[in-house]
Amino acid sequence: MLNKIYDWVDERLDITPIWRDIADHEVPEHVNPAHHFSAFIYCFGGLTFFVTVIQILSGMFLTMYYTPDIENAWKSVYYLQNEVAFGEIVRGMHHWGASLVIVMMFLHTLRVFFTGSYKKPRELNWIVGVLIFVTMLGLGFTGYLLPWDMKALFATKVGIEIAGSVPFIGDQIKILLAGDDVILGAQTLTRFFAIHVFFLPAALLGLLAAHFIMIRRQGISGPL
Amino acid sequence: MQRGKGMKFVGDSRIKAEGRMVNMPKDYSEYPGKTEAFWPNFLLKEWMVGAVFLIGYLILTVAHPSPLERQADPTDTAYIPVPDWYFLFMYQLLKYEFASGPWNVVGAIIMPGLAIGALMLVPFMDTTKERRPSKRPLPTAFMLLAFASIFYLTWESVVNHDWEAAARQGAIVEEVEFDENSEGYQIYAGASCIGCHGDSFQGGLGDPLVNNGLTVDEIKDIVINGRGDMSPGLFDGSDEELEVLAEFIESLNQ
Repeated sequence: MLNKIYDWVDERLDITPIWRDIADHEVPEHVNPAHHFSAFIYCFGGLTFFVTVIQILSGMFLTMYYTPDIENAWKSVYYLQNEVAFGEIVRGMHHWGASLVIVMMFLHTLRVFFTGSYKKPRELNWIVGVLIFVTMLGLGFTGYLLPWDMKALFATKVGIEIAGSVPFIGDQIKILLAGDDVILGAQTLTRFFAIHVFFLPAALLGLLAAHFIMIRRQGISGPL
Repeated sequence: MQRGKGMKFVGDSRIKAEGRMVNMPKDYSEYPGKTEAFWPNFLLKEWMVGAVFLIGYLILTVAHPSPLERQADPTDTAYIPVPDWYFLFMYQLLKYEFASGPWNVVGAIIMPGLAIGALMLVPFMDTTKERRPSKRPLPTAFMLLAFASIFYLTWESVVNHDWEAAARQGAIVEEVEFDENSEGYQIYAGASCIGCHGDSFQGGLGDPLVNNGLTVDEIKDIVINGRGDMSPGLFDGSDEELEVLAEFIESLNQ
């Protein structure tokens, strides 16, 4: 039955090459922890992606309750944390996932660095990886403001000041992020929400796609 | 033309595979050892690693509920901010003299910019064929140095921050009803109490006074003898006023 459906679709859309690109390949021995336990260092990238998927899913559920305005943002988070069934778990996973994604990504970067895997022909993938790192830090920074509690407000104030100290275009960056050159308020919260939920995830998905397509094109780097 | 399992196209505009990089992953037969099919053998093993990871992740989530401080109050200028832990090293860097004040741009922009820029350009600076860390001492040394610096700065920032005060200044305070015209509140506002404990007992430099479970006698003792950062003898009213004040504060236990 499944084979027939597959054939029906394949006859029209030629999906076999797509399937082959995604799944039909061999995994070499030197990255397989079943053969060499030390190869667990090759899991860090996959685990980063795993946490990223959890971040996207838990974030989608958080937005079902979260309200990005200064009157209700904190109250909606408080409600989510204390009243909503399993709200504490969903928010907890998003909160800790934000840290875990940084940790796993850092470990993955160190693995790629110390195995020299960024060398020719994989330079472009390394650059995309660094851009993913920067995007993740941006997600962490913008997400920190959203609960609209004391630490969120005042840490973001410092962050915006730092962004404002960029030579020449500092003020423009500051206004772009905060919505105003002095006040950090309602406009900042909606902008950070938009950046955290739409702009940066869109950039992230594009970069991840490029990252994975390049890995499939080039394969994993060989053993040391 | 024919592709996949035998599809025929009428007029195929797609780029043909001849003469281009074959759209297939590299063959690993050139490497020694046992390869394994990604689907489904290896993927199932990866999922087991993921499951173990997920257990740790969930234990962390359940054991440590995510923090939430009180609602943002832009007027509270005494609040000392800290970023999330993975930005602490930058926060610490900005405390040093060569990276703050007039040199702020060094710590805030130039050093992080150089670090990210150098990281991005690593493949173009380290262009030898060698891959082992020991065979390329400079890149290895620079990365270890960067790692050590980040670790040291984060460490310094953690040990130099008063985490208890940070928890106190951000704690969620329950709001209580009280009569601003009562005698107790007048004494509270007239003495120096209000400066540290806040106009609605929310705390500030001092602890919040709401629902602290103290009895009248304990309150009197603290007012006279002080406690923690609160020095003794701050209250200069009469004994009767002290009695009224202590009873008033006790009434905030609701």
